[in-house]
Amino acid sequence: MSMKVAVITFPGSNCDYDLYKAVQQVGGDASFVWHRERGLDEFDAVMLPGGFSYGDYLRPGAIARMSPIMEDVVGYAEAGGPVLGICNGFQILCEAGLLPGALVRNNALRFEGRDVYLRVERADTMFTSGYEAGRVLRVPIAHGDGNYEADSDTIRELEEARRVVFRYVDARGEQSPGANPNGSRNDIAGIINERGNVLGMMPHPERAMESILGSSDGIEVFTSLLENLSPAPTS
Amino acid sequence: MSRFLVEILVKPRPGLLDPQGKAIHSSLHSLGWSGVEDVRVGKAIYIDLDAESKEAAVQDAEAMCRKILANPVTEDYEVSVVGEREGASA
Repeated sequence: MSMKVAVITFPGSNCDYDLYKAVQQVGGDASFVWHRERGLDEFDAVMLPGGFSYGDYLRPGAIARMSPIMEDVVGYAEAGGPVLGICNGFQILCEAGLLPGALVRNNALRFEGRDVYLRVERADTMFTSGYEAGRVLRVPIAHGDGNYEADSDTIRELEEARRVVFRYVDARGEQSPGANPNGSRNDIAGIINERGNVLGMMPHPERAMESILGSSDGIEVFTSLLENLSPAPTS
Repeated sequence: MSRFLVEILVKPRPGLLDPQGKAIHSSLHSLGWSGVEDVRVGKAIYIDLDAESKEAAVQDAEAMCRKILANPVTEDYEVSVVGEREGASA
């Protein structure tokens, strides 16, 4: 049986079709779920796409977080269901309290739309088991508010529990100030919750699915999840 | 019931990098205001609100701040009543 994935769409989502196609490409069964709908029980995974839900009014993700479907997303995550938030999806997960911290304005005040390098810090999560730890990926970013902020205790907790899954690095895989596109604390590009079923990341693996379009380094995010869910899907 | 005009100031928390403030800071310097030490940018939200009392209006606005208007990770808020009209209908 193939993995049934809900792609939640909000007014202003713009990576929902990329995400849908990424899921289909690896053999999953994607469906769009409008933010006003309810019910996620039939799905094996839930994904929140990138974009600018509600025009980023108030704060990115702040209004989307109040959508009816988000109550179900929170319940789904609390029951252990896999939830992936990319870009605006990551911002929404933080606003919803499913992940700690917040994404604030890029430190250079510029919207950054380009490829960056990421190092896979954790290859033992359900979203990254297809990678080798330490592998360097080239994946696009497209955001104005991707600067990961949290208080120092939270950052320490994330590091100690090894909950940083992706970090911005240079092409050789080294951390350096020039390789961090937005000022994120500790070069954080993606984090996972304590239980390991909610991943948020600013870069776009769903836009790195075809080498002819620049990079296929994002594929494993989707194949990992598919492989980890296929034998015994969580409900 | 009275109607209150509530002003909510949402401010970046101290110590948090405020890139907008930094950009404005450097603009003010290039315009000649060399005495500008620091600039922080927040936002002001004005809400017309029916409530039993001034205190109730403030409590409502504070609840709104906790729920949605401010993000406690990055922002502080300050609520004050700046106007009042008695007997307003809901």
